Amino acid sequence: MPASPRAEAAARARRFWPWLLLAPGLLWLLGLYLLPLLGLVPLSLSEPLSRFGLETVFRGRLATYLEVLQAYGPILWRSFGYAASATAIGLLLAYPLAFAIRFRGGRWQPLLIGLVVLPSLTSYLVRAIAWTSLLGDNGPVLALLQSLDLTAAFNGLGLLRDGRLLNTPTAVILGLLTNQLPFLVLPLVLAMERIQPCLLEAAADLHAGAWRRFTQVVWPLSRPGLAAGILLGLIPAAGDVVNPLFLGGPNERMVANTIDNLLLVQLQAPRAAALTLVLMALVTLAVLVQLRGRGLDGLPLP
Amino acid sequence: MNRIGNVLLAASSALTFALLYAPVAVTVLFSFNAPRGRFNLLWQGFTLANWRHPLGDPALTEAFLTSLALALAAALLAVLLGGLMALSLARARLRGRRVIGLLVALPLTNPEIVLATALLNLFVGIDLPRGPLTLLLSHSLFCLSYAALTLKARLAGFDPSLEQAAQDLGAPPLEAFARVTLPLLAPGLLAAGLLSFSLSFDDFVISSFMAGETVTLPLYLAGAFQREISPQVQVLTTLVLLVSAALLLLATLSGMPTLRKAVDLPRRDPFGRP
Repeated sequence: MPASPRAEAAARARRFWPWLLLAPGLLWLLGLYLLPLLGLVPLSLSEPLSRFGLETVFRGRLATYLEVLQAYGPILWRSFGYAASATAIGLLLAYPLAFAIRFRGGRWQPLLIGLVVLPSLTSYLVRAIAWTSLLGDNGPVLALLQSLDLTAAFNGLGLLRDGRLLNTPTAVILGLLTNQLPFLVLPLVLAMERIQPCLLEAAADLHAGAWRRFTQVVWPLSRPGLAAGILLGLIPAAGDVVNPLFLGGPNERMVANTIDNLLLVQLQAPRAAALTLVLMALVTLAVLVQLRGRGLDGLPLP
Repeated sequence: MNRIGNVLLAASSALTFALLYAPVAVTVLFSFNAPRGRFNLLWQGFTLANWRHPLGDPALTEAFLTSLALALAAALLAVLLGGLMALSLARARLRGRRVIGLLVALPLTNPEIVLATALLNLFVGIDLPRGPLTLLLSHSLFCLSYAALTLKARLAGFDPSLEQAAQDLGAPPLEAFARVTLPLLAPGLLAAGLLSFSLSFDDFVISSFMAGETVTLPLYLAGAFQREISPQVQVLTTLVLLVSAALLLLATLSGMPTLRKAVDLPRRDPFGRP
């Protein structure tokens, strides 16, 4: 039976409206994200026109990548080293807290989650400034270490440098760590909330002790929260500018500081683009390893 | 779990909260400091003077208001664009929706500096001077992904038959949307808006590439770190903290019963006594 013209028009409208709703957002994502991102590729293969501007000319020059890797390879490794250390220590702290909130929080659970989020609602620059007060040469942390006679021991462990805390990797990692803690805790709490209580009751009925209930029920089911936390914590940390600038010295600069400097101070746009693309490739690799073929859909993102 | 486990759990949780709140506590404390010199970084003595003039640093106040306006505009734009995308992705069976979903999520996997470099190259290329417009464009872009994903997740949780029921009762599609879906979606819209607002308000990396002559609060703070940190920095931060805490408490208290039902929390502790 041939469809009436009205039904046909209605069907066309049904096919049409979803694209109409998508159009403005897609325009944003294509024009302000995908296009500029792809634009970095030709830029990274170009050469600066002069030493005084950002204008470049395309030369198909691959050697920039080699130069960038040679010159900034150590800074790249340092960035991922700092970010990974911060995330690893952060997860050691976040997992027990998430567990406590989920299984011990009771009716205070929403309030506890709020308390985890609250510090990140203050500016992270102000928090970094506060850390410089805490970790400074006349600050309370060093005073405490001195009164406990631990300065020499911490020096020996490499946590302090010449009895100072500021301008050391320790300070930068501490800053990165406290910034990402809420983003490690929240996905873990969400993942643990998805664990049905009946699973734990069933395990208990089968005489599983607390430890086995943890290793065989809670841990495997909270793994997606771990993956989401690593994504939300590691990526911003690896690309951070503020903590190395405020809490570290010249020897603790991270890759984003270098890109910043190349673009805005040295006006070496091709090198900055090449380094940015290398950073992006490494981060994408880390994401793919974390997701292992599963999509983002299953992750408990807050 | 045994007693040692409980003590370890409590101790580790306390340490984590201490790390989270140490810089916040210092900031609140230093809003009552009477600094000598230009940097309010060393404790000298208690005073209430800073609180008598919370807006006593005009450059800081101006940067604060600029950030407020920018974050508001960026959040509105992101929620509008992201909400429309979420509606389409959650309701329509589009060809290529997986690709579009990936495109929406992809910006979240990039460090900010990647976006900053890419956008600076674009705006230099098309000769668009950096300023309020480029700030708004870039901020609304990185908020868009968060807003779209949050709202898409909310919409996926809804029962579409509610809207269909309204239509079966004679409501035109737009009215069914306005009177059924929109009220249900309102908390999600608010949540996405608040998240976008705080992301934009606190952004430093992208802003430092996009601002031109405009000074947002994080840009002012980065400059102040080299130049002069007035106690008003800590006063204003404490005020923002108080407002955030009040909003959070309100949301928590009003949301408590529904949240409990939503996540189906156990009545008894599965790790406690059997």
